[in-house]
Amino acid sequence: MLQTVIIICLGMLSLAMLLCLLRLLRGPDMPDRVLALDTLYINAIALLILFGLLLRSNLYFEVALLIAVMGFVGTVAVAKYLLRGNIIE
Amino acid sequence: MPDLIEWLVAGLLLTGSLFALIGSFGLFKLPDFYMRLHGPTKATTLGVGALVLGSMLYFSSTGELGLHELLISIFLFMTAPTSASMLAKAAMQLQVRREGRTRGEPWKH
Amino acid sequence: MTTRRRWLPHPWLSLVLLGIWQLLVNQLSVGSLLLGLVLALLIPQLTRRFWPRPPTLYRPLVLARFALRVLGDIVVANVQVARLVLGPNARLRPAFVVYPLELRNEFAISVLANTISLTPGTVSADISDDHACLLIHGLDVPDAQELIDTIKQRYEKPLMEAFECSRP
Repeated sequence: MLQTVIIICLGMLSLAMLLCLLRLLRGPDMPDRVLALDTLYINAIALLILFGLLLRSNLYFEVALLIAVMGFVGTVAVAKYLLRGNIIE
Repeated sequence: MPDLIEWLVAGLLLTGSLFALIGSFGLFKLPDFYMRLHGPTKATTLGVGALVLGSMLYFSSTGELGLHELLISIFLFMTAPTSASMLAKAAMQLQVRREGRTRGEPWKH
Repeated sequence: MTTRRRWLPHPWLSLVLLGIWQLLVNQLSVGSLLLGLVLALLIPQLTRRFWPRPPTLYRPLVLARFALRVLGDIVVANVQVARLVLGPNARLRPAFVVYPLELRNEFAISVLANTISLTPGTVSADISDDHACLLIHGLDVPDAQELIDTIKQRYEKPLMEAFECSRP
């Protein structure tokens, strides 16, 4: 039963990532695209948690945590770039 | 694994995925940037939160107690507001278009 | 007092660090506990300069009750906002609201701003240069004054109690 539920959830999250991708392509402004990337990485974390459940492996947790850290740093760096025109002052 | 826990895990996973999907749907369909900003905060808080709870419950019921998934949620809860605020500031500086019926004014820097 | 200040500048931060280290290791053993203790003592020392005025937590219990209330509010507000998102766009009433802050402690202000962003439907976008107001964007705000009053009652009051007891 749980396997079926996980596969349904994977489908829902893939749809969510597709919607983010559409927003990423469509824009219209730079902050919109960065926001789409931000949501995309959060959905990737959710996808990885589900994947770990599907394969009954604890290994994916570390990958998810790393993506969380890197995604946050990336979003802040790009937002800073949009604010000031350079990242390191 | 006991039946009740399996149902509980399934419910949590479905809730989390549903909220993540609704958050991304909001990002897709809402009309201006500031309104779209509300989508991701939702996906992080309840979406990933419920998934993390489900995963914790599942791994705990199969043997050893595993709480470390909680770190993902804690980290996202601490960082999501920061990135939302940074993006909002960037949008205000770039004077991104906003819906005409928005009341109040964004600040200028 | 001064020796405690020197060796344990932020007792709560140390406790949180120890907890996070234990979560990361994911098993309880003497070795990991010792290493966690070393890290919990060392990291506040190394980052002391980032915290020029450490906040004083007067009432931990009030803060714990506040955290539980916020978690509950997140669930309720998520359902409300999900309904708003799925409904027609034309029904939404977005607004920028300027929120006058009563809190003065920087750490408490950032906790309040994070709370506002985490409860869906409101995002704190900016803080004024003199730290006197927050700029909040709401997805559906029927009445700006009502929103300000709700935040003041539900979130700012408990934070004032927990962090700024000495202030009347």
